[in-house]
Amino acid sequence: MNIVVAIKHVPSLTDELELNDEGTNLDFDMVDFALSEWDEQAIEEAALIKEASGGTVTVIGVDVIEELDNVLHTALAKGADKAVKIVGDFEPPLESRDQARLLADAIRGMSPDLVLTGVQAIDDLNGQIGPMLAAYLDMPYVGVVVGMRAIAGTATVEKEYAGGVTAEFKVSLPMVVGIQAAAHPPRYAPVSKIRQMAKTAVIDEIEADDDEFDPVSIIKMSKPVAASHAEMIDGDPEAVAEKIIGLLRERGLLA
Amino acid sequence: MSNDILVMTEQLSGKVNDISYEMVGKAKALAGTLGGEVVAVMLGSGMSDAANSFAADTTIYVDDPALADFNPEAYSKVIAALVTEKSPRLTMIGSTTMGMDIGAWLAAKTNQQFVAYVADLAAADGDLVATSQLYAGKLTAEVALEGASVTAVLAGAFPAEAGRGSTAAEQIASPVPLNDLKTKFVQLNRPEGGDIDITAQEKLVAVGRGIGGEDNIELAEELAEALGAVVAASRPVTDAGWLPKTRQVGKSGVAVKPKLYLMLGISGAPEHLEGMKDADLIIAVNTDANAPIFDVAHYGTTCDLFDVAEAMVEALE
Repeated sequence: MNIVVAIKHVPSLTDELELNDEGTNLDFDMVDFALSEWDEQAIEEAALIKEASGGTVTVIGVDVIEELDNVLHTALAKGADKAVKIVGDFEPPLESRDQARLLADAIRGMSPDLVLTGVQAIDDLNGQIGPMLAAYLDMPYVGVVVGMRAIAGTATVEKEYAGGVTAEFKVSLPMVVGIQAAAHPPRYAPVSKIRQMAKTAVIDEIEADDDEFDPVSIIKMSKPVAASHAEMIDGDPEAVAEKIIGLLRERGLLA
Repeated sequence: MSNDILVMTEQLSGKVNDISYEMVGKAKALAGTLGGEVVAVMLGSGMSDAANSFAADTTIYVDDPALADFNPEAYSKVIAALVTEKSPRLTMIGSTTMGMDIGAWLAAKTNQQFVAYVADLAAADGDLVATSQLYAGKLTAEVALEGASVTAVLAGAFPAEAGRGSTAAEQIASPVPLNDLKTKFVQLNRPEGGDIDITAQEKLVAVGRGIGGEDNIELAEELAEALGAVVAASRPVTDAGWLPKTRQVGKSGVAVKPKLYLMLGISGAPEHLEGMKDADLIIAVNTDANAPIFDVAHYGTTCDLFDVAEAMVEALE
């Protein structure tokens, strides 16, 4: 089973998001990047499939800000066999649509049986990577997948609907899968192992032969103006607890 | 390109998802300004009652046994054929677990612009602007929809009532062959009964990522017991297996409308808000003063959730 995991480096939400002077996008000099959290799930699911059915796992991403190595070393430490970065003259934001096209061009030649991606990312303004990869690679796609197995040319995937209902599909490979959650929480890679990968592993580079990008026209980006804001309760925990209990009593929610 | 708006409606086992009516209603308001018609599209089999329930100018109902149940490949192919034929100015698809399989695929396949996570749409002088929620709801982007475009619309963004109607649907056969699909629908799996139904509870104590670990669920259970409430959760908690899936509130969980929704360590991502924003009283405990949940909650505190929960349990005993 030749498994490819397509990943995305996205702005981290840990710090306050700063906008550029024009107010049309993030100030990308002021944000850290991290692996999209759904891609962590996709990497885990790929590792689980490899353990169950054998095969190789290749992790590939577009190196938009030239800081993807650590993410790729971590993926290798978690069980990926090969890491690939697409390099070129990029500048953030390199939008999803453009990243999907670059990824599809690179993945096409790898003849994968399975292409896994995180089902979404926090910056997917013009589309999630998975369905676009499927369109460009002409493969079937199922997203919001919470369980899967793949054996001998067929995958069985469990797709989530609302209310805890799921649907099961059988799909002839190759296919693209958008992972919502792996069967187990993503494994932890010890720092020592990541360091070791950083010293010994080779990251393949694919030069992008496409530099015509097509971003959407953002008129304005802003922090949402809330219609209202919670009335904040200050004080030590005891005072806060007392105030909350008081609110519940006032409303007849506590005897 | 026409000035029409095509709305991809959604059904599960013949029951129309409210997002369909929400989109049709909004499309009608936009069509008035754009000067086109609203074309609702429903895919299914033997579901003409559902197909006749929209307030669109035209409803196209594609009836084929292969479309009885949602199938991402079959549905995508049919909708792509219809979009190519009708060439609408705007195609609206739900940002739902079904719609997310189609929207970006359709836009890439038909080479149209796509905007995801749309919370609002506005039309003026032939221009269309979509407002998208990004970065887990921390930022919004206003995007000009240039040329024929596809948008994925968030559930609950528009009222459903304006989209309900009784337009007699025009039933057609599938415009594309569906006999050589690589994707086969096998079955629906419904959650096992036995657990508490959180939609029937008057009081919920909801825990999120901030609860930190399975061992800490016990504290939330203690607080819930003291309040006569039940413990619910956001997605990261059920994904981690700390609570069963039946307790999950939000987009892929259930929608709840309790009298009290006390939130411990939930930041308020749009997917979660979708399932609880109509609760009577929302109190949020979260150490991040900038968490989006404070724009939705009635009361909030940035105190540590463990300290507050312990203090509440103690005070109630």
